[in-house]
Amino acid sequence: MAEVGRAALILALGVAVYGIGASLYGARSGRADIVASGRRAAYALALLSVVAFVILEAAFLRSDLSFAVVAGHSSTTTPTFYQATAVWSSQEGSLLLWLTLLSLWSALVLFLTRRQLRDVAPYATAVLLGLGAFFAGLLIFLESPFDVLASPPVEGAGLNPLLRSPSMMTHPPMLYSGYTLFAIPFAFAVGALIVRRVDAEWIRATRRFALAAWLFLGIGVLLGARWSYAELGWGGYWAWDPVENASLMPWLIGTAFIHSIMIQEKRGMLKVWNASLILATGVLCLLGTFLVRSGILDSIHAFGASTLGGPFLVLIGAMTLGSVALVVSRRDTLRSEHRLDALLSRESIFLLNNLVLVALCFVVFWGTFFPLIAEAVTGQRAALGPPWFDRYTVPLALLLVLLSGVGPLIAWRRATAANARRSFAIPAAVAVLAAVALAAAGAGSALLALGMFVAGAFVAGTVFQELWRGTGARRAMTGEAPHLAVVRLIGRNRRRYGGYLVHLGMAVLFVGVAASSSFQDATDVRLAPGEQAEVGEYTVRYTEPTARLVATREAGLEFIELGARLDVWRDGEALGAMTPTRGYYPSQDLAGLGAIGRFFEGESVSEIALDAGAGRDLWLAVQPDIGALEPVIREGDAVFAQAAGGLSPQFEAVALAQTLRGLVDRYASEAPPAQFRLLTSPMITWIWVGALVVFAGGLICLWPAPDAARRRATAGLAVRVARDLGRVRART
Amino acid sequence: MDVVTLVAIMALLGAVAWLVVAPLRAGSAARDEERYEGARADLEAAKEAKYAEIRDAELDHATGKLSDADWRAVDRQLRAEAVEILQRLDELGVP
Repeated sequence: MAEVGRAALILALGVAVYGIGASLYGARSGRADIVASGRRAAYALALLSVVAFVILEAAFLRSDLSFAVVAGHSSTTTPTFYQATAVWSSQEGSLLLWLTLLSLWSALVLFLTRRQLRDVAPYATAVLLGLGAFFAGLLIFLESPFDVLASPPVEGAGLNPLLRSPSMMTHPPMLYSGYTLFAIPFAFAVGALIVRRVDAEWIRATRRFALAAWLFLGIGVLLGARWSYAELGWGGYWAWDPVENASLMPWLIGTAFIHSIMIQEKRGMLKVWNASLILATGVLCLLGTFLVRSGILDSIHAFGASTLGGPFLVLIGAMTLGSVALVVSRRDTLRSEHRLDALLSRESIFLLNNLVLVALCFVVFWGTFFPLIAEAVTGQRAALGPPWFDRYTVPLALLLVLLSGVGPLIAWRRATAANARRSFAIPAAVAVLAAVALAAAGAGSALLALGMFVAGAFVAGTVFQELWRGTGARRAMTGEAPHLAVVRLIGRNRRRYGGYLVHLGMAVLFVGVAASSSFQDATDVRLAPGEQAEVGEYTVRYTEPTARLVATREAGLEFIELGARLDVWRDGEALGAMTPTRGYYPSQDLAGLGAIGRFFEGESVSEIALDAGAGRDLWLAVQPDIGALEPVIREGDAVFAQAAGGLSPQFEAVALAQTLRGLVDRYASEAPPAQFRLLTSPMITWIWVGALVVFAGGLICLWPAPDAARRRATAGLAVRVARDLGRVRART
Repeated sequence: MDVVTLVAIMALLGAVAWLVVAPLRAGSAARDEERYEGARADLEAAKEAKYAEIRDAELDHATGKLSDADWRAVDRQLRAEAVEILQRLDELGVP
C-alpha cells in the first residue's frame, strides 16, 4: 500500500497546483465554472490526504515494519492506542497530519461559503491550496512517510517512552488543528485584501473557524502543560520552552484578533489592525511549525535537526513580505469608517486589551529567539530563562485579567460617570472584599499574586453581574421564569455570554497560576529508607524501595521500574502511602551495550505520585541511585557477552529474565539512598478547572445560532425588518 | 507494482478527475443559477448579520452598555442598513 500512499500524495500536489491555477484564472476571467473547479480541487486534496493518512495509520496499527517510519517509531509490542497515535510522533507522520487537517478544514470552509464571498473565495482557495501544495511537496521530496525498507527489521524501535501519555498523544492533533484552522481566516483575509473587499463579510464567514482555531490551540497548549506537570518530573507546567512558546504566540495574537473583529463588525473600525493581526497569526502558526521541525532551537518537544528549515524559511518569508505588501498597498481601502468617540469606551478597552496581548506576544517572541539573536550579534548563544519571562509577562497578564473584567462593563462609544457607577459598583465591591479577606489571610506577602486574586474576584463579580442584568432585561422583555430566562439569554447570545465565561475561566486559571507559583514549597532531598523530610505542612517518610520488572504478554519484558513507597502525613494526620517510580526502558541501539546495561542506557521516564485537590497538590518524584548496581550490571554484561552464541535464544531469554529479577530484588532489599523532589503547590487544580471553563465558554461561542440559515425574509422592507426582529424576539 | 495497487491508483485518479472536471461540464444555465444563488446567499448572510447587530444593540441598551441617545442613533442606522439589504434582495428577484 505504500505505493498507493505515495501516489495519493503526488496526486495531491498535482491537484493543489491545478486548483491554484484554476482559482486565480477563474477569478481574473470571471468564469464561475473554473472557480468551482478550483474549489473542488480543494475537496479532492482533502480526499487524497485522508487516503494517504489512512494508509499510514493502517500501517502503524498493523505494525507493518516494511514502512521505515513505522519501524522507527512503533513496534509490535507498543499498545494499540499508542500505535495509532505514534503516527504523529514522527516528522513524516506529523507533516501528513498537518496536511490532512489543513485540507479537511479548507474543504469544509469552501463548501460552507460556496455561495458566499464569490469575489474573495477564489483567492482564499488559492492560498489554502498553496499551503496544501507546500506540505504535499515536503512529504514527497523531503520527508516521505511511504519510504519502504528493503529488509524490514524483526522488531521496531517503539514509541519514545516520554510520549506514552494520553495527554501528549492528543496534544499534537490539537495544536495542528489550531494551526491549520487559523489558516482559514488568514486565507480569506488575503483574498479580501486582494479584491479590496474589506468590510466585515470575510470576518463573519470565517469567525467560527478562528474561534475553533483559538479553542483547539488553547487545548493543545494546556495539554502540553499538563503533560509537563505529570510526566517530565520537574514539577512545573510551563518552562518557557521554545516549542511551548511557539504555540503560545499565535494563540495570543489570535485572541487579540477574536476581540478586535467585534469592533470592525460593530463600528467598521480597526480594519488595518484586524488584517495585520490575522496575517501575523497565520505567519506565527507557520513559525511555530518551523520551530518544532527545524531543530534551530533546543527543546525537549522538538523533532531532531532536519532539512525542513530552508523551505519553511522561504514560505514564512514569502508570507511575511506578502502580508506587509498587501496591508500597505490597501491602506486607503482599510481606513476606518468611524473614529474613537471617547478614550473611556468599550472600543478603547478592546484596543488596550489588544495592545497587552501583542506586547505579551512580543515578549515571548524576543525571549524565544534571543539565543539566535545573541548568537548573530555576539557569536555566542545565550538563553533567557523563566525569571526574565516572568518579569514582563506577570504584570502584563495581571493587566489582561483586569481588562477582561472591565471590558464587559464599560459602555460602547463613551462611558459616562453614571454608567460607570452603575456598572462598576458591584464588581469593585467584590474585589475590595476579596482584597481585605486575602490580606487578612496573609496573602499580602506576595503582592503580584494578591493583585491577581483581586483582579480574578473583579472578573467574577463582572460576569455574575452581567448575567444577572441580562437575565433581568430578558425577563422584562419576555416575562419568562428566571431559570428559563438565563438559559435562553445564553442560548440566544452565545457569543457574548460564552465570551464572558471564557473571561471567568481565564481569571480562575490565572489565579491558579499565581497561587501555585507564589506559594509553592519545594525541596530536593536525598533520603535513605526510614528517613523523612518536610515540605510545607507535609511530612514524607521513605518507607521502603520498590522494584519490579514490567512485562506484557505479547512483548515480554518492557521496562524495569524502580521507585519508593513514601508514607505521608499532613499536620500530623496520616494520609497514606504514595509511590513515585522511574521506568528504565532498554536502548534499541545495541552497539556497544551489554544485555543488562542496555536497560539503563535507554530512556528513563519519571512516574510521579500526585495527590491533587482543590486546595493543594502534593507532588513527589524519585530519582533512584542506580550507581550501586553498576558492578552487578557490568558483571552480568560480561557473563552474557562470554556466553554469546553458545546459548539458545529461549535459554538466553530465561537467563536474562532471571538475572534482571535478581537485580531488582537486590535493589529492593539493599536500596541505596535515593534523590527525591517533593513539591506542594496550592490551587494548581484551578488551572485545569479554569481551562475547562474557558473551553466550555469557547464551545458556547462556537455553537451555531438556532435556525439562522433557515430564516427567510418575505416582503415589506422597513416593516419587514421590524417584523423579522419582532418575530425573532417573540420566538426567543 | 501489482494489479491491485495499479487499480487503486487509477481509481483515485478517476475520482479526482471526476470531482474537478464536473463544474466545467455544467451548462451556462447552471452557471447563471449558481451566480444568482451566490448573490442571494451573500445578501441573506448580510441580513442575518444585521439583524444580529440590531438585537445585540438592544441587549447592550437594556444592560446599560449603550446610552438612550446612542442606542437610538445606532438602531436607526442599523435598521436603515437592513432596509437597504432587503431592497437589494428584492431587486435580485428570481433567476
